[in-house]
Amino acid sequence: MYSTNYHRASSLKDAQALFKKAGDGKFVSGGQTLLPTMKQRLAAPSDLIDLRHVKDLKGIKVSGKKVTIGAATTHAEVATNDKIVKVCPAICSLASHIGDPAVRHMGTIGGSIANNDPAADYPAAMMALGATIHTNKRQIAADKFFKGMFETALKDGEIITAVEFSAPKKAAYSKYPNPASRYAMCGVFVADHGKGDVRVAVTGAGNDGVFRHKAMEKALAADWSPEAVASAKVNEGDMLSDIHGNEAYRANLVRVMAKRAVAAAG
Amino acid sequence: MSTVSTAVNGKSVEAVQADVDPRTLLVEFIREHLRLTGTHVGCDTAQCGACTVHMNGRAVKSCSMLALQAQGADVTTIEGLAKDGALHPMQAAFHECHGLQCGFCTPGMVMSSVQLLADNPKATEQEIREALEGNLCRCTGYHNIVKAVQQCQAGGVPANA
Repeated sequence: MYSTNYHRASSLKDAQALFKKAGDGKFVSGGQTLLPTMKQRLAAPSDLIDLRHVKDLKGIKVSGKKVTIGAATTHAEVATNDKIVKVCPAICSLASHIGDPAVRHMGTIGGSIANNDPAADYPAAMMALGATIHTNKRQIAADKFFKGMFETALKDGEIITAVEFSAPKKAAYSKYPNPASRYAMCGVFVADHGKGDVRVAVTGAGNDGVFRHKAMEKALAADWSPEAVASAKVNEGDMLSDIHGNEAYRANLVRVMAKRAVAAAG
Repeated sequence: MSTVSTAVNGKSVEAVQADVDPRTLLVEFIREHLRLTGTHVGCDTAQCGACTVHMNGRAVKSCSMLALQAQGADVTTIEGLAKDGALHPMQAAFHECHGLQCGFCTPGMVMSSVQLLADNPKATEQEIREALEGNLCRCTGYHNIVKAVQQCQAGGVPANA
């Protein structure tokens, strides 16, 4: 790891001030991606500004169907939260399968979506749940937040404070994890918001990060059943190809994971 | 250089102040500054879990965080489990069930196992295997590790670190 400086922010204001002072600062939350990346010398921020102890970024609120999750909430906290599980068990299940238990104790929802790894799980949930991403400056719809591989709508120095969504009528996430890294080779989050509003988001498989599969959404709005997505056309040209699976393999995985997710949602 | 102060293994006398380079990983701090070498570095990429310690009662991978991120926290390493010379029940169960061969993964495996029973005292075999997915063992095939966790569980012994 290249040399760096560490600062623990006590508040959002403090975090912004520290960022402004830093030459090439980066915010860190759980650090479960950033620290390994720095160890590989793929990232070399001059300063790390730790957001994990900022009170405004913590906490989970559920009021009726409205769920708000603070950005510094860990995957383990989402996975085991009694209130969320009652209204949207799919996101708890998703959180309980990120990485492994030790990673889930550190990694946070804000960090995951700010990084927008093309194989991360949360971006698919945010898109399918029609979530709103709150930052210290504005609110951004998930559809406009994720901009492609490792790219988001966040501006320099902008900090995610929370995510908010309305619990769907039913939802489920199904992923095919890489057996070594446990990152999704394909993960599909399906959500039925009622009144024909169905959302299907795919992570891990697309060559430009998370995306919504509109044809599947249309098919499911007409007929919510695994069969409805079984024959959906998945464009192989839009898929990732690597040593773990080529475009055709991933395109098929998208259909299979979508079928499983619909079946699991019931 | 920055100052790290943490409580390690519950003893205030072991609360440590040391000047460390900010890029020092928690595992480097534990092994090289504190000379507590029970915590191992296996893969160094957060896959194998040999470096697992508890921070404020939660299992974390000490190779994937900075020592400074543990500032002010209570850290428990494998050396902190035994009390008054007696092995922690999980350590005793690993010993009795021969839940190890070369022993390299064992400190992390024990730390994760203690966490798993603290979270889920009635874990089924399947749940035990899932909860240990972040810890790799290249010798045992895991069977005796799972048996050790089950033995500790059956003993009804408190699994709090």
